[in-house]
Amino acid sequence: MELFLQQVMTGLATGSVYGLVALAIVLIYRSTDVINFAQGEMAMFTTFFAWMLIDGSFLGFHIHPLHFWIAFALTLVFAATMGALLERIVIRPVEGRPILTIVIVTLGLFSIFNNLATWSWGGIPKAFPAPPEIHVTGITFFGDGALDIGPTVISYHDLTIMVVAVGIMLALYVFFQYTPIGLAMRGTAQNPVAARLMGIHVGNILTLGWALSALVGAVGGMMIAPLVLLQPPMMMGVLLYAFAAAVLGGMDSPPGAVVGGLTLGIVENLVGTYTTEEYLHVDWFGPEMKLTAALVVIVLVLLIRPTGLFGRRALRRV
Amino acid sequence: MLRITDVHAAYGPILALHGVTLEVAAGSIVTLLGPNGAGKSTTLRVVSGLLHPTTGTIEFEGRRIDRLAPERIVSLGISHVPENRQLFAELTVLENLRLGAYIRHDRNGIKEDIEQVFHYFPILNERQKQVAGTLSGGEQQMLAIGRGLMARPRLLLLDEPSLGLAPLVTREIFQIIKSINHKQKVTILLVEQNANLALEIAQHGYVLETGRVALADTSANLQRSESVRRSYLGY
Repeated sequence: MELFLQQVMTGLATGSVYGLVALAIVLIYRSTDVINFAQGEMAMFTTFFAWMLIDGSFLGFHIHPLHFWIAFALTLVFAATMGALLERIVIRPVEGRPILTIVIVTLGLFSIFNNLATWSWGGIPKAFPAPPEIHVTGITFFGDGALDIGPTVISYHDLTIMVVAVGIMLALYVFFQYTPIGLAMRGTAQNPVAARLMGIHVGNILTLGWALSALVGAVGGMMIAPLVLLQPPMMMGVLLYAFAAAVLGGMDSPPGAVVGGLTLGIVENLVGTYTTEEYLHVDWFGPEMKLTAALVVIVLVLLIRPTGLFGRRALRRV
Repeated sequence: MLRITDVHAAYGPILALHGVTLEVAAGSIVTLLGPNGAGKSTTLRVVSGLLHPTTGTIEFEGRRIDRLAPERIVSLGISHVPENRQLFAELTVLENLRLGAYIRHDRNGIKEDIEQVFHYFPILNERQKQVAGTLSGGEQQMLAIGRGLMARPRLLLLDEPSLGLAPLVTREIFQIIKSINHKQKVTILLVEQNANLALEIAQHGYVLETGRVALADTSANLQRSESVRRSYLGY
């Protein structure tokens, strides 16, 4: 039972990261119908940016190493700026073209970011620091070690991931639900023509969408990097799970992306744990098949609910 | 208030307007009549900026607006309630109204105007938290008009408010359009299939045929005109 709970906890933590990247994908998809295949690579690239600030070797120059959370905040600014510029410079010129054209452009971005990262920082994996400890009213958050929560323990890093992910999701919820700009973004996603008639500058809203999406992805990258080591291909696996999470959740539903991510995280961990020889006495299935198992779950869900768990529109194109 | 002079417009290679000239006086209700495809909706679209004229000019309160984007035009005081309502289907009634006031920043004024819309359409008050896509056709039309009013326009462009509605609901909505014009001094340019109703509340009417103004006169004269009666009033 303890092992089970522990795997669920770990699953929730990695699932939060899938959820964040899925959220980034959904933010762009629901306002522009574009699936951004470069989402993971953008997150990887911004995580390298954070690493340079923390490591004190910014683009070959020696700088004063920054504290983790200061570097974190600066990286969010960098990511948002990068996302906005990408929309303006790369996506805007192909706006309104056939969807496949835009998809090819995002695939191009994928390899550009991947190559740029390999060229700049090399392919050797780097240790990305976990967030340092913070003490709040006698309780330790973050740092090394684990928190005893009765029937099981949860590592401080997993706890950090969950706290940060929940924080980001709450912030996004408040933004979309209670601010005029957030409302304008939802309106634009549903009916861009009506949005223009309301005086909403739709172009700016799309730029903001890309900025937000890059920012959310960057958080995902910085949270998963300590677990998978920082290296150019580090987001490939995450991106697959994130796509799966977004599809499971319904592609146009932010809460769906989060639930989809958490579900996949848990399924992945449980399948990885309980399909070893020790538990499952067959030789045709094992922990190596956990991605397959997760995808089977998705296929089953989509057979019953083609719009995903929370989606409203049926999936089409791409 | 609004002057359209010799406006031509096209959707790609298809010409929709071949030189439309018309005028809307401040404080009045003017109606555009005509068969399907005559260019009524297109005329509204060139005024609100959704479509730019290829040639010709549009002046609003003495100022050229024919090259401006729709998001700019709404802030000058023109609200367009488009064909088929174009609501934000998954947002609530209240959120739709709030987006209608997107260009404004006077919190208290917005609150008052929401109350004003609820005063005109009490059913919307009851359905505040309901998602727009689940409203009945009549309620959706009321919401579309209410949302248009939230920008505090001086000129309101209404495209077929009676479309798909029961006669009683249509009557109710037309009464309210009349009182919006009368009490709030909002000038109205109304596109309508139901010529009887439109000519009842409008002072002036234009009949469009294949992208041109075929006839322009006061409502009273149009109601008496033999050809209008036969083609559009049905008696």
